[in-house]
Amino acid sequence: MTTATLDAPAEVAGRPGPGATLSQIMSMAWRQMVRIKHNPFELVDLSLSPVMFLLLFVYVFGGQMAGSTSVYLQYVLGGLIAQNAIFLTMYTGTGINADLRKGVYDRFRSLPIARSAPLAGKIFADMFKQVWSIAIMLVLGLLMGFELRSLSGAVFATLVLVMFALAISWFSVLAGVLADSEEKVQIYAFVVIMPLTFTSDAFVRVETLPGPLEAWAEVNPVSHLARTMRGLLSEGPVAEPLLWTSVWAVALLAVTAPLAMRAYKKKMI
Amino acid sequence: MSHDNAVETDGLTKNFGTLVAVDRIDVSARAGTVLGVLGPNGAGKTTVVRMLATLSAPTAGTARVGGFDIVRDGARVRSLIGLTGQFAGVDELLTGEENLLFIGRLLGKPRGEARSRARELLAQFHLDDAADRAVKTYSGGMRRRLDLAASLVGRPPILFLDEPTTGLDPRARGELWDIVRNLVGGGTTVLLTTQYLEEADQLADDIVVIDHGKVIATGTPNQLKAKIGGQTLRIQPDDPTHVETVRALIAESHADLDPLIEGSAVTVGVNDDAIMPVIAATLQSRGIALTDFHLGLSSLDEVFLTLTGHRAETDDEASEAKPDPDSASVAEEETK
Repeated sequence: MTTATLDAPAEVAGRPGPGATLSQIMSMAWRQMVRIKHNPFELVDLSLSPVMFLLLFVYVFGGQMAGSTSVYLQYVLGGLIAQNAIFLTMYTGTGINADLRKGVYDRFRSLPIARSAPLAGKIFADMFKQVWSIAIMLVLGLLMGFELRSLSGAVFATLVLVMFALAISWFSVLAGVLADSEEKVQIYAFVVIMPLTFTSDAFVRVETLPGPLEAWAEVNPVSHLARTMRGLLSEGPVAEPLLWTSVWAVALLAVTAPLAMRAYKKKMI
Repeated sequence: MSHDNAVETDGLTKNFGTLVAVDRIDVSARAGTVLGVLGPNGAGKTTVVRMLATLSAPTAGTARVGGFDIVRDGARVRSLIGLTGQFAGVDELLTGEENLLFIGRLLGKPRGEARSRARELLAQFHLDDAADRAVKTYSGGMRRRLDLAASLVGRPPILFLDEPTTGLDPRARGELWDIVRNLVGGGTTVLLTTQYLEEADQLADDIVVIDHGKVIATGTPNQLKAKIGGQTLRIQPDDPTHVETVRALIAESHADLDPLIEGSAVTVGVNDDAIMPVIAATLQSRGIALTDFHLGLSSLDEVFLTLTGHRAETDDEASEAKPDPDSASVAEEETK
């Protein structure tokens, strides 16, 4: 039995090409969408936290922070949208963790599809949740009196947010692959995301922070993202924060995506 | 490698750290037949299937599936196989039809074709009535059938079934057996792992018995039965307390026999039925009344006991087992 003599069927396909891979990613994303259709509560769950944050921050802290709730709303909406987007990426990790433990990925990996398709499909589908969330916050913000700069600004902000979320989702994927339970993914995410988003200018002006914290907040990617959102949605500079947001996104992607893919492949052996 | 083997392994080995989960296993499945891989929990069955399905890389040794090396040609192997594991390979939130539609789309079938294939499989597996219900409402047997259907969407010529009936009630198990028989009738090669001796006996053309990661016996069901003496004599005394007396009497008077106590009966493998009247006379002379005294073909259970020195899980215990697909895989996980 040293040599293979069984003739290979001519139609046996090898690795899927880019076109097929893309179609597989879309099918994976379709599955996630159908899941939401069957479990619409997920969208309520998704909407609850941004709504609460927006209402509480503006009406509880607004007066203290900016002298008036309406002034603070103009400032904080961009920051809250940035923070919420980063928190949302956690769900990518918890979802992947659940699928991995239930063995759904075993089925996927026994199929003649690209091995990256399940991960990519999940990340892609989660971008729908990002768009949903930003829409909820914008609509509520407008109802509360937010002065939107322009509709195109809102569209561009959504685009930037989705790109940034795509990049940092890989950190969540990494946590999702490494953790042995969904709860642990949530803890990882919390320990990183909570301090990261609060030590930025998402909610306060960085010059009010103590020296070292101010220095950190100046470079914190969340600050850049929040400023970009603020610039696009209400007022302030756009070009510089957008540049730094992009630099951070690319850098984080370059580090976490290979680590996540390595951990994912290792998990499979 | 023979032309006829759809699956063939050569010294296939898998270590998890210091633990040797699969130890130089050589098995082959002839095209169009069922190979039963029989062994207790933790024997390494699932690990073998995971390697063959390219989910896990072997530590040493090679294997070919449909003529392709599982390591070098994984993508081609995957286009030839279907896998139904102990895991939940279907999505609980989706309906039965959506699950199959999803796999069809994933495999690149156009929407219409994916839908007609889904409907065809649902009808074939008697799930058409439940097609539009979420899988979480399915019974254990329905879920397994859907899981099996999901692995068949792409019409794979080679099918791996990892303990497909663990935790199912006898009726659901029988239905699944019929499905497997039909598939094999249609030319599919099946490699099936099981801890149920009856299942291997019912379905398999060839059986490989593994224990602690090693192959301890191979052969057809009949060959394996012949290995420990073709037939089994079953003796049940009227008075259950006489069981030990019966066993001792047979052991004393026939040094070549190895009588065993099974509940309220004694079983003994025999090669020559001429021994029956001799044993009957011995017991009669001691005044032991019998309710049962008959000769039958050895069950694989006895084969297993003889080969491994311990009993495999019996059907009775199995049907008490939790129908939770995770419970079986957890046991296998522990070996990792």
